[in-house]
Amino acid sequence: MPQQVVHKAEPSSQPARRTEPYWRKMFRQRQLILMSLPMVIYVVIFAYGPIWGWMMAFQQYKPGFSIFDQKWVGFDQFRFLLMDEGFTRVLRNTIAMSVISLVLGFVTAIGLALLLNEIKKTGIKRIIQTISYLPHFLSWIIVTGLVSMSLSTEGGIVNIVLVKLHLIDEPIVWLSEGKYFWGIVGATNVWKEVGWNTIIYLAAIASVDPSLYEAAEMDGAGRYRKIWNVTLPGIRPVIVILLILNIGWILNGGGFEIQYFLGNGQVLDYSETIDIFVLKYGLRIGNYSLGVAAGIFKTVVSIILLYCANLIAKRLGEERLV
Amino acid sequence: MQTTLRRRFKSEPFVFHSFNYLFMLFVAVVTLYPFLNTLAVSFNAGLDTTRGGIYVWPREWTFKNYDAVFQDGRVFHAFWVSVARTVVGTVFGVFLTAMLAYTISRREFMYRKFVTVIFVLTMYFSAGLIPSYFLIKDLHLLNTFLVYILFPGAGAGLISAFNMLVVRTYIHTLPESLVESAKIDGGSDFRVFVSVILPLCAPVLATIALFTAVGQWNTWFDTFIFASSRENLSTLQYELIRLLSSTVNSNANPNISSTAAKDTATMITPLSIRAAITMVASVPILLVYPFLQRHFVAGLQLGSVKE
Repeated sequence: MPQQVVHKAEPSSQPARRTEPYWRKMFRQRQLILMSLPMVIYVVIFAYGPIWGWMMAFQQYKPGFSIFDQKWVGFDQFRFLLMDEGFTRVLRNTIAMSVISLVLGFVTAIGLALLLNEIKKTGIKRIIQTISYLPHFLSWIIVTGLVSMSLSTEGGIVNIVLVKLHLIDEPIVWLSEGKYFWGIVGATNVWKEVGWNTIIYLAAIASVDPSLYEAAEMDGAGRYRKIWNVTLPGIRPVIVILLILNIGWILNGGGFEIQYFLGNGQVLDYSETIDIFVLKYGLRIGNYSLGVAAGIFKTVVSIILLYCANLIAKRLGEERLV
Repeated sequence: MQTTLRRRFKSEPFVFHSFNYLFMLFVAVVTLYPFLNTLAVSFNAGLDTTRGGIYVWPREWTFKNYDAVFQDGRVFHAFWVSVARTVVGTVFGVFLTAMLAYTISRREFMYRKFVTVIFVLTMYFSAGLIPSYFLIKDLHLLNTFLVYILFPGAGAGLISAFNMLVVRTYIHTLPESLVESAKIDGGSDFRVFVSVILPLCAPVLATIALFTAVGQWNTWFDTFIFASSRENLSTLQYELIRLLSSTVNSNANPNISSTAAKDTATMITPLSIRAAITMVASVPILLVYPFLQRHFVAGLQLGSVKE
């Protein structure tokens, strides 16, 4: 009976949709439009509205005057930014910490997912997974607090273990030396997110066609050959998609809070990222125009990178985002 | 019999699995240790902790650290602000995200692509901190509770594009005939959404409720930027920063927070206070997520493998 009803409804609605005038279609879909309109207005105001303020990047903004009464300087802010040695260093730090976090994050998450997949005891597997998700739910303030406590010279567990293992002679002041900072950022990101990131890889591994494993086994492939020749190629589309998603975030510098909370005067040359640069110019120095210019630079480059990564993936015949 | 057993123990799978289980033990220890250590410190007498040697079990048990945290009116108030923003933000966020996800799940919706793109773009597009600050200022939202609900950044905000996609993908797995037949019975889209889709989406709504709640509970940036001059809008995470900034580098920054300073006489140190607040700020979520694990794992997997 219900089937019949659906059948009857189709021929009447289908041709009507094609010839229907625009406004009538709008009227017919008024419910859907009304249901999405408030949120669209919200996102336009709050997420896109601030673009208005981008004008500041082309001015020498002085507080106290309206945005229309400012002195226009064209691309001077951008020119200054890209010539400035400080900003070049900020850019280097941002990209370095992003790439380190990205590579470490991918390798560890895929590795952990492959190893978890080999555990056949469901109970143990589930317990390990539950534990590995824990840091994802902690706030960055807490995570950076735990990191600084673990790395401390007075009873920090990292120094205690390394000294006990005779790998170092005396505790290292990890957070006061620039050369360790990027590594600490990468390790912190891995600690917080590696378990969480396995979720997607485990799903991808589970969706690999089992007959491929059987075929490989018949050809005499062992455990590692099967991982290399069946599992990894099987999850390649997911890896590519996640890579594209992440390339758009490369100017985030592997997070904002790690550098903000763990960075200090001694490691500033290695810890300052674009976001922190913007915060510094906006809040502390009050040079809004330069801060806005740096922000625009970040957003525009991110969108371009995302677009390029997507395009390259398309060319190579890989999965892509849009 | 003996030989086969011996062979099995020497065999490759046995060696592999032994190492694998050892490695998993290592992962579990590395993940849990910093947290358990902080838990132990939070229950250990402050002065005793400074002697060192506290690992995962307190040496001198005390509840004084927690007493101090909850007797501090400021922290106590901040706890309730955190609860309020989490509850309000999650209830509105989940309902509105689900409604939006329903509209873009309808294949006949004429603005479907536009709505999808305008939200997905927000995952990458940011107008920047300074322009956002001016917008919030112009809208007279500075130092209001509303900014916690409305400001779309750092995990908070009414709509998360990611959550929207997760719900949309889930709706697509539901049989289309449900919506069709409800519509033929005279149901409008809003009715179909509320009485057919919402109940069926319970598992995925639990998932995004968890994500939204975690975002709301853990964020600090909006307090820092938009509401730091109103003490009664301070949140738990922000109070933690106040304490942390005075203790994060004990050798670099010796000043002690006001909360702990007045309590040094009663053997409470900034370190132990910080440990106690860390627990108060993280335990609520840690008690919830294992029970939702099945749902959020399924939700994330759905969003990634399909399409």
